[in-house]
Amino acid sequence: MILFAFLAQTLRIAIPYLFAASGGVVSERSGLVALGLEGYMLGGAFCGAIASYYSGNPWIGLLGAVAGGVAIALLYAVAAIRFRADQVVVGIAINLLIIGATRFFLRLFFHSSANSPRVSGFGDERVGSGLVALAGNPLIWLGVLAVAGVAWMLYRTPFGLRLRATGEHPAAAVSVGIPVDRVRYLAAALSGGLAALGGAYLSLDQHQFSAEMTAGRGFIALAATIFGRWDPFRAALACLLFAAAETLQIQLQGTQVVPSQFVEMIPFALTIVALAGVVGRAVPPAALGKVAE
Amino acid sequence: MKRQLQEAVLPAIVALLIAAIVGDVLILAFGQSPGTVYRLLLEGTWGNAYGFGQVLYKTTTLTFTGLAVALGLRAGLFNVGAESQLAAGGFVAALVGLMLPAGLPAIVTLPVYLLAAAIGGGVVGAVPGALRARFGAHEVITTIMLNYIVLALLNYLVAAHLKVEGTLHTQDIQAGALARLSDFVPAFHGSAANVVLFLALAVAAALWWFLFRTKQGYEIRATGLQPEAAEYGGVKVGAVWWKVMALSGAIAGVGGLNFVLGYKHYYEDAFASGAGFVGIAVAIVGRNHPVGVVLAALLFATMSQGGLAVNAVVPKQIVDVLQAVVIIAVAASVPEVRRVLRRGGNR
Repeated sequence: MILFAFLAQTLRIAIPYLFAASGGVVSERSGLVALGLEGYMLGGAFCGAIASYYSGNPWIGLLGAVAGGVAIALLYAVAAIRFRADQVVVGIAINLLIIGATRFFLRLFFHSSANSPRVSGFGDERVGSGLVALAGNPLIWLGVLAVAGVAWMLYRTPFGLRLRATGEHPAAAVSVGIPVDRVRYLAAALSGGLAALGGAYLSLDQHQFSAEMTAGRGFIALAATIFGRWDPFRAALACLLFAAAETLQIQLQGTQVVPSQFVEMIPFALTIVALAGVVGRAVPPAALGKVAE
Repeated sequence: MKRQLQEAVLPAIVALLIAAIVGDVLILAFGQSPGTVYRLLLEGTWGNAYGFGQVLYKTTTLTFTGLAVALGLRAGLFNVGAESQLAAGGFVAALVGLMLPAGLPAIVTLPVYLLAAAIGGGVVGAVPGALRARFGAHEVITTIMLNYIVLALLNYLVAAHLKVEGTLHTQDIQAGALARLSDFVPAFHGSAANVVLFLALAVAAALWWFLFRTKQGYEIRATGLQPEAAEYGGVKVGAVWWKVMALSGAIAGVGGLNFVLGYKHYYEDAFASGAGFVGIAVAIVGRNHPVGVVLAALLFATMSQGGLAVNAVVPKQIVDVLQAVVIIAVAASVPEVRRVLRRGGNR
């Protein structure tokens, strides 16, 4: 029973990571640095809550979240592709922009700089938080589907092949007639939509948007993308690993075995180790962050 | 030369215009008049001595983090870790300060504090530099990851070992508090501006001299422009990378003195509160030139203090939005401006 509770909690924590890391894989494999994941998630959480609040329907909330995430990601893509702006700079700025904008609009819509009112979400609180309640939340299934879908798209479809070619060698891709810029716009939109679903999971699960509620999860998802070596399944495993560590820390809380701050470091420390190549180096897509000429 | 200056300044002007338009829209959406809000913003920052003192205080920290990022970019390295380097510098300085006896003269303590802060930030900066030079691990990712690791570690050390009960800060440091500007100009009374401001300006001047007037500075800039060519020309690029990252971290770390020694006289958890990230914006808008960095730091400090001045009328987060708009607009218009100017030049 304890094992089930552990698994349920791990999965709950992992779902937003799964969405965002899938988006991170898509973005980075196309050559676009995915530093804006945090912003997409936060924007998705906010738009999801707004759309659900005004419609009373969490499914409309999901649509709103996707629309918001796609719009934010396209803003990033236009700056990075059309205007050839530095992807790292714009990615960081996108996060600052969304943190500020969500707080601004929170006050505009709800006269509060901290929380939205209660919105309708998924899941019936009467069932509790075990595996049964979890299975009733459609976003759990969508999250698993996102990983499989991205893997299928990336490795089994012509578009996925083009996307990978664009990220590895854009000049070669252009020479065989691949519309590199269009592929990257699509990849950006897809990553924004996916990460936004991860954000919407948070706000709809808590039936409320609160300021900065993603709290760095976008960066944990980026860590999972890199630790998973830009492969959807490995990234998903990384998400589960990071989530399991968090779960363990929550379960151990109060026992003072390991201070929580050290558990927080795990995803980031593992990513540095992976990049330094202590056990098989993680090699990024060759054209990551580069302008396609 | 004239075109260089145009290339450097035009993107910032374009960005400010775009930010003003976005700001107008947001202010109107909130049902306020842009004229009123902008006037409030100016009055609360440059319009009175206290507000201006606060601007100078914020300018000080942002100058350090901006210079740190700019130095990295000159070597082709993107230091996203100024946030944790700033915190680590302030932390080590405070740690040393807690051990120093009260009453030591500033001539003794100041060099000690400088060294401590530089070491604190420098070590945090050197790690990603060495990882890049030795393993090719990209510094953007490693500095971001190190931010989380270092800030969590400092949070643990303060929360578990060093805090005064009921707070998240250390005990007061007895030795070597620095003079506030209000000690010389009473009108600044109440503002946190202090003499670390002059240290920031001195570091900016020294960095200019170092980058543009010394052999090492030339090697750094050559590495940034074209590492392969620099290596071919006899520059040890790997060594430049880790040394630049160490120096960059040290500069950000010394910025911690502004809060720890100039303002509060203790280390407080999370005191950096985004100044390291805004330092990236400062470096980008200042076009990685020490003079530009100081001016950009003044601009961003004005915006951030201005947010507090207008908060009663529109949410202060409007300023965060506008800062982000400025960053995106500058980043997007730099290549565009260069293209247009160069095409014009060839005609």
